[in-house]
Amino acid sequence: MAKLPTPQELIATRPPFPEEHWLDVRPEFAPGSFCYPAKKETMELLHMPNPHEWDPAAEDWGLPENWERILCDAFAERLEKHRSLKLFMDICVRCGACADKCHFFLGTNDPKNMPVLRAELLRSLYRRDHTVLGKLLGRTVGARGWDKSVVKELFHYAYQCTECRRCSLFCPYGIDTAEITMIVRELLHEVGLGTHWIMDPVKNCSFTGNHLGIQPHSFVEIVEMLADDCETVTGIRPKTPFNKKNAEILFITPSGDVFADPGIYTFMGYLLLFHELDLDYTLSTYASEGGNFGSFTSFNMAKKLNAKMYAEAERLNVKWILGGECGHMWRVINQYMDTYNGPAPDNMTLPVSPVTGTAFTNAASTKMVHITEFTADLIYNGKLRLDPGHNDHIITTFHDSCNPARGMGLLDEPRYVLKAVCNNFVEMPENTIRERTFCCGAGSGLNTEEIMELRMRAGMPRGNALRHVQRQFGVNHMACICAIDRATLPPLANYWAPGVTVSGLHELVANALVMTGGKKRTMDLRQEDLPGAEEDGADGREGGE
Amino acid sequence: MFVSLLLVLLIGAIAWAGSAAGFASLFGVALPYLAAAVFVVGMIRRMVYWAKSPVPFRIPTTGGQEQSLDFIRQAKIDCPGTQAGVFARMFLEVCLFRSLFRNTEADARAGLPANSGPGSVYYSSKWLWCFALLFHYCFLLVFLRHFRFFAEPTPQWVTWLETLDGLMQIGAPRFFMTGGILLAALLFLLGRRVFNGRLRCISLVNDYFPLWLLLGIVCTGICLRYFDKTEIAMVKIFIMGVTQFSPVSAEGIAPLFFVHVALVSTLLLYFPFSKLTHMAGVFFSPTRNAANDSRRVRHINPWNPPKQYFTYAEYEDAYRDVMAEAGLPLEKEPDRPAG
Repeated sequence: MAKLPTPQELIATRPPFPEEHWLDVRPEFAPGSFCYPAKKETMELLHMPNPHEWDPAAEDWGLPENWERILCDAFAERLEKHRSLKLFMDICVRCGACADKCHFFLGTNDPKNMPVLRAELLRSLYRRDHTVLGKLLGRTVGARGWDKSVVKELFHYAYQCTECRRCSLFCPYGIDTAEITMIVRELLHEVGLGTHWIMDPVKNCSFTGNHLGIQPHSFVEIVEMLADDCETVTGIRPKTPFNKKNAEILFITPSGDVFADPGIYTFMGYLLLFHELDLDYTLSTYASEGGNFGSFTSFNMAKKLNAKMYAEAERLNVKWILGGECGHMWRVINQYMDTYNGPAPDNMTLPVSPVTGTAFTNAASTKMVHITEFTADLIYNGKLRLDPGHNDHIITTFHDSCNPARGMGLLDEPRYVLKAVCNNFVEMPENTIRERTFCCGAGSGLNTEEIMELRMRAGMPRGNALRHVQRQFGVNHMACICAIDRATLPPLANYWAPGVTVSGLHELVANALVMTGGKKRTMDLRQEDLPGAEEDGADGREGGE
Repeated sequence: MFVSLLLVLLIGAIAWAGSAAGFASLFGVALPYLAAAVFVVGMIRRMVYWAKSPVPFRIPTTGGQEQSLDFIRQAKIDCPGTQAGVFARMFLEVCLFRSLFRNTEADARAGLPANSGPGSVYYSSKWLWCFALLFHYCFLLVFLRHFRFFAEPTPQWVTWLETLDGLMQIGAPRFFMTGGILLAALLFLLGRRVFNGRLRCISLVNDYFPLWLLLGIVCTGICLRYFDKTEIAMVKIFIMGVTQFSPVSAEGIAPLFFVHVALVSTLLLYFPFSKLTHMAGVFFSPTRNAANDSRRVRHINPWNPPKQYFTYAEYEDAYRDVMAEAGLPLEKEPDRPAG
């Protein structure tokens, strides 16, 4: 990986707009500006169309012979399938309100990263084939035909959009660039163009049940190890139920939480919480992925990967599904799952918390509840014994992930939980949180190493907001409810606000959780010593019973 | 930008010369009929075109807290859970440009004292919202005021509108504020496309042309009222003839009037084929006009493809031995006992 510029240099060296008209400018594929291409075997295994070896830096991308026909037809088909696409192609007035709402634009100052122009890349093609004026007047009215360099341009900018929807919040017509990016990516996959970082997890998830390709026995082993770690910290070894039939609840979370630091601590948090509640639940090695990289590929791939959730809920005969902390997973569950793969199997019922009796009527049809809804309800009803003092060494802020924020509206549940388990909570500036939150800069399958500088650029607005609260209020921690965030925010924090650590919400919940029969906590879930725990700890047990 | 200005001037010049040369009825009668027909048919066709494609997924952009637990307050308008909420959201969007009201301007600096290092600054930026709102409302009011020419006797509400509009009591004929504000708003909207580098970059002929066209319409309108004063009574008789499908002679009406009419007709002709369809399109927007209730009520996709996925049975077939070894429960025991 090339050496990164300093944050100051990064901001200062954003290039001015090019002199030429944007129609005459083509992107350069320098190393670091693109994600590595998907492997041919991967695409073949997934039965993706026109699989081939290609290199984004090469002149020739090896497109199939009739690539233009394929793309034109695929585009026309998408127009017939999605009213949103027709509408978003027609009604943009180019008012520019979206321009500086995009983190990629703010970080790169590349005009084509203004959401309006990102959409114009496709809109110009739409004009030529689908509008009267475009057919008659061509380039005068901003129409252009397909050529291979246009395909490259679409690829370049469809993978510099994280589908975060921030622009759509500010658009007077609700034009959603995420929708356009998703469809452009679909089109590119029709001619065999995809990225390794997305398609490899898709392949893994298709054949092993999770993105990381963890096979069932290894999955069990890892979770058992995490349970051992829980015991080291709390003195209690939580239950680890797998593939258990007739459990009340099936718990599904992104596999990143089982595998990667710091997600594993969030996973330990889940295990401890469920154990303390004596919850009748099960994990599944088959539906061992909450995330859905298929949603970064095509609607059908998203549907395919998502199908396992209901299938497993049916096989295991559970009543409802509880979902872990993840961003795009929840966009899919909230806005797509029931449509894709519903209705929920007959054995499932309206989710009711077995601890508080609260019925989650807002999930009456999908029968899937977000863990922060579940936990907030527990706390509200006084069902958890919490000692937020265990988190006193951190001053935390909260990062709203794009998808729960703008594709679901899950804003106050995590804050409710966070405030209950942490004494020191500070919000970032108001233009960077809640529905106006900024992306971590690497969502939607862009969290790959080879574009690290681009990620840091796209993460600039978030990074600056974090730095602001770090300097002003001594913030040293950022909580989030997204597995991709847990992977992408640590390098972002390290770059923009060194010294800030990142964790999932349920890591902090478990840190504060007073376990029945547990030992006195002297360390947190990361097995780091709790400040002050040494001096006043005497009897060594807490929680009684 | 200049191309579209020239185009508007050319249309105006043709209308001027044509009507002066005795083809007034072409510009005053035939063209408006054609334009009105194209506008109505064109807009209906565009809406049918949109409506023909389904909305496969429920994708509202949530702008606030979802409907959730009882003790968590829902943002009922920005994240509506019911049709009433959606109605309120759409009402605010269409009538008050709520999303545009959120507008900010972002700036990043390498050195920001508060951050002792790099930082971002966000300014409130309501100019676009303000002038866009002024433009649309004044245009509506000016349009309504024109009913003085479309109905005999002049409806009472038009007179009230005019009284209100001329409240400042400047000059004779009384100065209508809406006309002046409309002109100022259009100049602002044009100005930002010319002087703001980002806007210049994204602007097309498609953006300048309607602005110049509207400026042409407003300027000729203002001229007709205050400067090159038209014989109002004659114009009214002429327009009433057109609206009642029994056109009368246009003789004695100044050519500028026909320039005005020709430019309005051009706007109507252009409307259904352009971005101006946002007028109808905003109502169709799936990120705004749907409730965020897709976990509570199932949304149906008419082209939902059949389910195809790696089933549990296939999964167990692939991993049965290692699963048995790990002690996982199985649907079917392995042929040979594990180990």
